[in-house]
Amino acid sequence: MVHLTINDTPVTAHPGETILEAASRNGILIPTLCHMEGRHKVGACRICVVEVQGMKNLMASCVTPATDGMVVRTSTPRVRKARKILYELMLSDHPADCLHCDRNGRCEFQRLGETLQIRESRFEGRRSRDFVDDSSPSIVRDTAKCILCRRCVTVCSEIQGVGALSPQNRGFATEIGPGGSLRLGTAVCTNCGQCTVVCPVNALHEADSTEAVWKALSDPRKVVVVQTAPAVRVALGEEFDLPTGTLVTGKMVTALRQLGFDQVFDTNFTADLTILEEGYELLGRIVSLLRSKGLVDDRQLETLGLPTHMAAHLPDPVLPMITSCSPGWIKYVEHFHGTRLGHLSTCKSPHMMLGALAKSWFAGKAGIDPKSLFVVSVMPCTAKKYEITRPEMEQEGLRDVDAVLTTRELARMIREAGIDFARLPDSAFDSPMGLSTGAADVFGVTGGVMEAALRTVYEVITGRTLPFASLHVAPIVGLEQVKTASIVLENVLPQWSFLEGLEVRIAVTSGLDGASRLMDGIADGTSPYHFIEVMGCPGGCISGGGQPRSPDPDFRQKRLEAMYREDEGKPLRKSHDNPDIQALYAEWLGEPGGHRSHHYLHTTYTTRVRR
Amino acid sequence: MMEMSMELRCDQAGAPESEQDRYALLRQVISQYEAKESNLIQILHMGQAIFGCLPEDVQRFIGQEMDLPLPRVAGVVSFYSYFSTQPKGRHTIQVCLGTACYVRGGKKVMEALRDHLGIDVGETTADRRFSLEVKRCIGACGLAPAVAIDDVVYKRVDPNRLADILGRHA
Ligand code: SF4
Ligand code: SF4
Ligand code: SF4
Ligand code: FES
Repeated sequence: MVHLTINDTPVTAHPGETILEAASRNGILIPTLCHMEGRHKVGACRICVVEVQGMKNLMASCVTPATDGMVVRTSTPRVRKARKILYELMLSDHPADCLHCDRNGRCEFQRLGETLQIRESRFEGRRSRDFVDDSSPSIVRDTAKCILCRRCVTVCSEIQGVGALSPQNRGFATEIGPGGSLRLGTAVCTNCGQCTVVCPVNALHEADSTEAVWKALSDPRKVVVVQTAPAVRVALGEEFDLPTGTLVTGKMVTALRQLGFDQVFDTNFTADLTILEEGYELLGRIVSLLRSKGLVDDRQLETLGLPTHMAAHLPDPVLPMITSCSPGWIKYVEHFHGTRLGHLSTCKSPHMMLGALAKSWFAGKAGIDPKSLFVVSVMPCTAKKYEITRPEMEQEGLRDVDAVLTTRELARMIREAGIDFARLPDSAFDSPMGLSTGAADVFGVTGGVMEAALRTVYEVITGRTLPFASLHVAPIVGLEQVKTASIVLENVLPQWSFLEGLEVRIAVTSGLDGASRLMDGIADGTSPYHFIEVMGCPGGCISGGGQPRSPDPDFRQKRLEAMYREDEGKPLRKSHDNPDIQALYAEWLGEPGGHRSHHYLHTTYTTRVRR
Repeated sequence: MMEMSMELRCDQAGAPESEQDRYALLRQVISQYEAKESNLIQILHMGQAIFGCLPEDVQRFIGQEMDLPLPRVAGVVSFYSYFSTQPKGRHTIQVCLGTACYVRGGKKVMEALRDHLGIDVGETTADRRFSLEVKRCIGACGLAPAVAIDDVVYKRVDPNRLADILGRHA
């Protein structure tokens, strides 16, 4: 233990702790700006300066270790004056147009001004940057607003392993960006949006879709369909000051109706559908592999009860198969592991499936001209904005999905419409794409897609329910970066006898850096896995790039628990039990992996330039 | 190989003619430096010697070979003023903007040069004849304002007579 004095009070610090950490554990608040707890310590802004006895200069408390006998003062006149000067200098290079800024009221720079009691702005100066980079379909960089805290650089390179943002130039000309003639739209950027979550100001934010959606809503010729991803309902409440982890499914649906959407569907419905398509794809790949080794013959193949089309055209036996719901992850693989695209499941992500079904099956059923349909997806994700622009995401000349709103953007629309969200009554999703099982809920959290798939695949092979307490595959529940497990198939149904005793090995990761390590294992032939789940954002969609920015250090855990609560509260917990999915197959799709599925629900990938 | 490269550092003479050979040489340089990020600056120096400057394609190549994101390479290139992303002109014009030159018309000389050449500081004319730079003081304060073109120093430069001076450097 380290003993020091802060503001005349003796306090203790753990070895290695900074002055800032020791102070905050002891209830002394030091203002910060660039600092991000446990993730980003670069000492870029110096707002956190304190006086340390015996030191000539003020010290940045977020990067200075607490040492024995240190005497620290956090709020002397000198310290307060220094902070004000630093702030005013930053302000002199910042267009403070708060009144028409998206971050107004939710801005860390603005809040800091209040904390420091800034009353004047003494420095007038030239502005160093004024360039707006709107080349990306997902992310806008407004360089004038940047305060050079470098949080985005840390997140993009260290947590996501991408490195699309770096400090460029130097001195007054310093700017954070992709450099040279590159723009975010042309750089190697996955559109994950993690940078927009950590940016303290409006320098990085999602590309706006609210305007397009308002326009569609007010167009009498349009039938506007909306769908919401599983992770939106566990976080949207935070935008309306409800406690972190509050489930707001029913209120969200009511709000969407009040906004004027004609049909409120649930992406969960197509999450269930994804499990059937992807589950059978996995089975198909395993069978295909065993068949190529001569371990499964024609007669056995016939008895399996595989979908007819799949049995006739077994997929390539490429294992491990990797999930494909996360478009940031997909773009990452296309850039960095472009020779291994065969490992990706060919399933479109659930919201793309719903869009495709809305404009085909649903339109036909409801007697609506598909051209008049406008499909909006509310997503925890910025990469989905890019995903809908991919050329392959259309059929018969119609885009599968027309606009993507992030959770934050939906909250803005609800506020703008004057809806008192916290007091809304609950209501339910519309049929025929509103009913879902618990398996679909957990799609929003790392480990969830894997668990949902196992609930179905295990049952197909053994005829029994997945043998885990409340169906949760314990080893892959939680926020660790890489999680692995194996399940031995025992007492399988007779037709699957060739799988008896097989140890199915799985891995789950979230955040692109961990994913990259699993890909390296595949590249050097050491990957022992059959099935890998990857979500591009750390923790999964619950902490996606379009989710509310949370000051709560435990927000991931709280949102995760809410997801599992929603799952456990459902009468049906397994995707294949969803009666509306069964009806969709019976009525229109045929069977998983069939012709229609391939046309509407599966997709292809593209190798892209690396670095 | 290393010795030859050391010479390359000073001027581009001796660098291979064809693009392909230049990239091959750069690849060798990178592997000699074990593609280590800590050697990036040296590698960039060599790259500039081989190609004459570091255009984006060369930076991308270096990034790919070293497994570094292009933005990081671009960040280093743009941080140091001795790296250039554009080919340098045959002649380098340095306008002295030290205190003495500045107060005695250096700024006017600079403006006239900009107008005349149609380029800004740090840029090169389309015909690759001139690059324009600023110098803090070239030690000719007594005869300000001064301009150096390559190693010739012109003193008491009259902004109206620049064409004359430039004409001496084909
Ligand atoms: S980023 Fe923050 S401080 Fe800057 S204009 Fe927007 S709200 Fe105001
Ligand atoms: S969206 Fe993701 S990949 Fe792109 S710059 Fe931001 S953090 Fe990096
Ligand atoms: S863009 Fe945002 S996060 Fe990145 S350095 Fe600027 S202010 Fe910080
Ligand atoms: S918060 Fe400590 S230097 Fe920015």
